[in-house]
Amino acid sequence: MIAHSIFFYTFSIIAVISAIMVTVSKNTVHSVFFLILDFISISCLFIMIGAEFLGMIMLIVYVGAVAVLFLFVVMMLNVAQQKNQWFASEASSKHIPVGLIISTIIFFELIIVIGGWKYKPDLFDINNTTNNFSVSNTHSLGQVLYTDYIHVFQLSGMILLVAMIGAIVLTFRKREGVKKQSYLKQISRERSEGVEVLDVETNKGVKIDD
Amino acid sequence: MTEIGLGHYLTLGAVIFSIGIIGIFLNRKNIIVILMSIELILLAVNINLVAFSIFLGDLTGQVFTLFILTVAAAEAAIGLAIIVVYYRNSGTIRVEEIDQLKG
Repeated sequence: MIAHSIFFYTFSIIAVISAIMVTVSKNTVHSVFFLILDFISISCLFIMIGAEFLGMIMLIVYVGAVAVLFLFVVMMLNVAQQKNQWFASEASSKHIPVGLIISTIIFFELIIVIGGWKYKPDLFDINNTTNNFSVSNTHSLGQVLYTDYIHVFQLSGMILLVAMIGAIVLTFRKREGVKKQSYLKQISRERSEGVEVLDVETNKGVKIDD
Repeated sequence: MTEIGLGHYLTLGAVIFSIGIIGIFLNRKNIIVILMSIELILLAVNINLVAFSIFLGDLTGQVFTLFILTVAAAEAAIGLAIIVVYYRNSGTIRVEEIDQLKG
């Protein structure tokens, strides 16, 4: 149990510090790196608590895809060197107290909710246990996911498809003046329009492409 | 203190959620950091769902975490595509200068 608490505090402190660094870091690339660190430590927490499938999926989806996508966009847009300062101008710093107040209120509201949850132990008697501890987490998740939630699962696949097509359509750009290979044009080419046999006279040369 | 319960995980989720909210308000530099703050908020929600799922012995929370993960990935892809298009059109993604819809 002591090891559990040590690991919990280690990973959660790393997660909180890296979350703070995501928001206050001056360099956007550093923000992305701290976001990756945050996701990794949270996925370690998930694996430790027993949700190992979600921890691994978190590593694959967030660290492997989303964070790399962020990094790619940051480097492509070249915003890393742009304005190495915390706030863009004086006019923007008027949002800071409002943001701090709102987030503090939200934090204390959440703390109050957690406290209410802890001191109301009869809420724990939800007897809706589908967690079968004789099989692994991935196994039991798969048993639920592909039976009870199959329609939602298909719908999430549809969401991913729509997102993929949308991203492609948004960023697609037809550029002018780019030479491209046209297979149809190449295949449908005839001998008569491709090759011309000329009779070249000596010391005269020949003029083509007129 | 040494017994890690549900409250610890919920507190961690609350802290990360609040940091995400702070990030949206505080960081006016470029809009990518705001997207990253939204990812932090979704991460905090995921922590809450997984913690409840484990401590209540109900797998539904983990299933919903999976769907939130899917939607978050789709949202990040679409948002970054919009940012790329906007940067291509206007040459900046600083939050201060994005005011075309101000009216």
